[in-house]
Amino acid sequence: MPLAIVIAALVVGSVLFHLVSPWWQTPIASNWASIDSALDVTLWICGLAFVVLNLFLANAVWRYRHRPGHKAHYEPENAALEKRLTFWTGIGIIGMLAPGLAAWDKYVTVPEDAALVEAVGQQWQWSFRYPGPDGVLGAAGVMHITPENTLGLDPTDPFGRDDILVEAGDMHLPVDQPVKMVLRSKDVLHDFYVPEFRAKMDLVPGIVTYFWMTPTVAGDFEILCAELCGVGHHEMRGKVVVEDRAAFDAWQAEQITFGEVLAQASPASRYAMFATADVCIGTSNWSNP
Amino acid sequence: MATTLADDLRPLHHPKTWIGKYVWSQDHKVIAVQYGVTAVGIGLVALVLSVLMRLQLGFPGSVPWIQPENYLQLVSMHGMIMVVYLLTALLLGGFGNYLIPLMVGARDMVFPYVNMLSYWVYLLSVIVLVAGFFVPGGATGAGWTLYPPQAITEGTPGYSWGIVSMLVSLAIFIIAFTMGGLNYVTTVLQARCKGMTLMRMPLSVWGIFTASIMGLLAFPALFVAAIMMLLDHLAGTSFFMPTLFSFGQTTDTVGGNPILFQHLFWFFGHPEVYIVALPAFGIVSDLISVHARRNIFGYRMMVWAIVIIGGLSFLVWAHHMYVSGMNPYFGFFFAISTLVIAIPTAIKVYNWLLTLWRGDIHLRVPMLFAIAFIFTFIHGGLTGLFLGNVSVDVPLSDTYFVVGHFHMVMGVSPVLVIFGAIYHWYPKMTGRMWNKTLGQMHFWFTFLGTYAIYMPMHYIGILGVPRRYFALGETAFIPDSVAIANAGITIAAIVVFLAQGLFFINMIWSLFRGPKADPNPWGAASLEWQTPDTPPVHGNWGPKLPTVYRWAYDYSVPRPERDFIPQNEPPA
Ligand code: HEM
Ligand SMILES: [Cu+2]
Ligand SMILES: [Cu+2]
Repeated sequence: MPLAIVIAALVVGSVLFHLVSPWWQTPIASNWASIDSALDVTLWICGLAFVVLNLFLANAVWRYRHRPGHKAHYEPENAALEKRLTFWTGIGIIGMLAPGLAAWDKYVTVPEDAALVEAVGQQWQWSFRYPGPDGVLGAAGVMHITPENTLGLDPTDPFGRDDILVEAGDMHLPVDQPVKMVLRSKDVLHDFYVPEFRAKMDLVPGIVTYFWMTPTVAGDFEILCAELCGVGHHEMRGKVVVEDRAAFDAWQAEQITFGEVLAQASPASRYAMFATADVCIGTSNWSNP
Repeated sequence: MATTLADDLRPLHHPKTWIGKYVWSQDHKVIAVQYGVTAVGIGLVALVLSVLMRLQLGFPGSVPWIQPENYLQLVSMHGMIMVVYLLTALLLGGFGNYLIPLMVGARDMVFPYVNMLSYWVYLLSVIVLVAGFFVPGGATGAGWTLYPPQAITEGTPGYSWGIVSMLVSLAIFIIAFTMGGLNYVTTVLQARCKGMTLMRMPLSVWGIFTASIMGLLAFPALFVAAIMMLLDHLAGTSFFMPTLFSFGQTTDTVGGNPILFQHLFWFFGHPEVYIVALPAFGIVSDLISVHARRNIFGYRMMVWAIVIIGGLSFLVWAHHMYVSGMNPYFGFFFAISTLVIAIPTAIKVYNWLLTLWRGDIHLRVPMLFAIAFIFTFIHGGLTGLFLGNVSVDVPLSDTYFVVGHFHMVMGVSPVLVIFGAIYHWYPKMTGRMWNKTLGQMHFWFTFLGTYAIYMPMHYIGILGVPRRYFALGETAFIPDSVAIANAGITIAAIVVFLAQGLFFINMIWSLFRGPKADPNPWGAASLEWQTPDTPPVHGNWGPKLPTVYRWAYDYSVPRPERDFIPQNEPPA
């Protein structure tokens, strides 16, 4: 009998906890409100099921507790009831899937006008690369890495010359501009994760992964790593600065390009850089479809 | 009734010595206890590891020797031990071994010798696993998912030897499981007594049977993944290893694909969830039915649901990989398949609830655990829909929401069933009865304590706190209140940990001092309660095998004065 009361109390307590808990999603700072609303729909449907099923459980435990003289009712099955329940479960499932899949459809469809930004992960820091005026990220791969060419750009690819490099610095994004985040890892798996943007995606060595989003709120946001990547996993942090277009352009103008890196390199290190170009199983250059 | 070939007791291998009887035993009941004790023993190690992790998370720095690398080792070993070496071994090797022959009316497993080998090979896998703690560099810290490249590259604890011990141990475990699994499947198919049709078997057997088939199909994927990773690590192949630039060096691996490992891992890993869940579903169905004195509602639907869940669970693995970098279009398929599984799963929940409805519910200790399971399973099952619903998973994946979810659904829920099952069958296994008060106290601490641990984790996860973090550090979006929650969770975890002492005291004390148990104290209809001896002796059934005339759920049938009819009672 206490069990029935406790289960009912847990249901009420869980709902209250939900209402008063100080922990909920961070304020959203991207276009992915559709993910939040898919979560809300899922929460409402599941929350309803949680309350109804468990109150039914508590009620059954209470009502049919053993008492002298009480006997159970013999009823092997009730196909009609089971069919009805299956039907309503199906409706609930469709109700959740519809907004979930609709949001996913947007998530996998990168808009035409998205700007490209590359994030490169390594144990345990973030670096970034912008395509520069030509809008194309030059080919790159770990086999091109040298002490001066830390992001591994292919020195023979002309598209790479104007690429803007931000090594272990902050990432800047213009507000309200859709961006396709192109992700590359030098060593192990990582995951680019900014809770306020909702979006995330793994970085996988050997291939280039991506996702897209539009930052909608100016401000500083922390980048975390959401895929276990070794002992420094919890300390692999970065910063995104979302700002207006003018500030973004001014910031970009101050950054170094790969062409400048090449020009400043000593002859020996330039030779080393070009020596890597013989190995040619890199990723090809990236532009938008 | 004539005796049949199976009644011939001579082929049974009757040991003469104590060692033959209790150590190199071929009796499924002894093997079950060996499996059970070993699994619980290594499970206790995993529990201690979790308390250490919780100390670090709740009271950072309180255990000075836990550094980031140690934390990751704790996480990895805890996760793997709990899932594979505790739950899989206990539910299939332990309960599967004990229950299948008794419930289907067999004298033993079909291949008793292989069955014995299965246990000893399992023990070897546990020893190799534990050896991982002591090899140079310590145990692997790659997470229980063991993702390459990090599992075998510098920067991850145990990347040189710990991972070898883990992979070898898994390969050995799979060999052990295969020997056991073939036995369970064959015994169910070949050794049922007269009258025991498949559709008369108790749901416990259905759950274990289906899970064993699934294990035989799923574990090979892990086996090859483990072998391939071993080759990458020791023989210089590049199955999972592209060219890396790691710690200032370009590796000479070329062209491998880390995502291939993830597909192999989860092709095993998702069915693994159900390999643990289906036996628990089956067992809990029987507990609920016996203690509610009511037939399991919709038996045929329950059987079909088990089979359908088993089949579908091979089609959903990539829901663990929505943000892994695989082709994102797979998300559509895997979201749909995942949410479709919710339907047969929900039917099971409804049928448990409808079994209680209009029942005659005896809230004995096993039933307390069974009902608590319904609650925790509803909770864990529903949060799974968030993670299955592809776009909703994007913000939640790799956060504490996931940790909360999988602990509710495959940590707490099966463990509650296991406790319920132990209390339920203990009188048959030992011939003695446990102490009721201790059992009830153990129940309340475990049920409420685990909910206090995992409920808040979901919210911290929705906030965005990532999992597998040694420390949260200064993070702008994480308010100070999270530290308070973490401290509270840790205190709850310690209480739950200590409360398990009540269980062990009760079990051990009752083994020697408990009152003698009735052969069928709960008035259960299934065969294992109808053995001529309690505890059942070698050969189980005396000179003649039982004959079955009805299903296992004739409770409260309208006419008879008794409220149950044993399966082997002839029709009037
Ligand atoms: C009271 C008992 C338990 C406590 C306090 C506990 C606590 C924890 C903690 C603190 C983590 C690490 C979270 C992180 O840093 O990401 C963890 C991970 C895990 N636990 Fe438990 N746990 C318990 C029981 C179980 C059980 C019974 C299972 C069986 C399924 C289980 C399976 C796992 C798995 C698979 C992981 C993931 C490991 C990984 O991230 O690689 N735990 N647990
Ligand atoms: Cu990481
Ligand atoms: Cu899964």
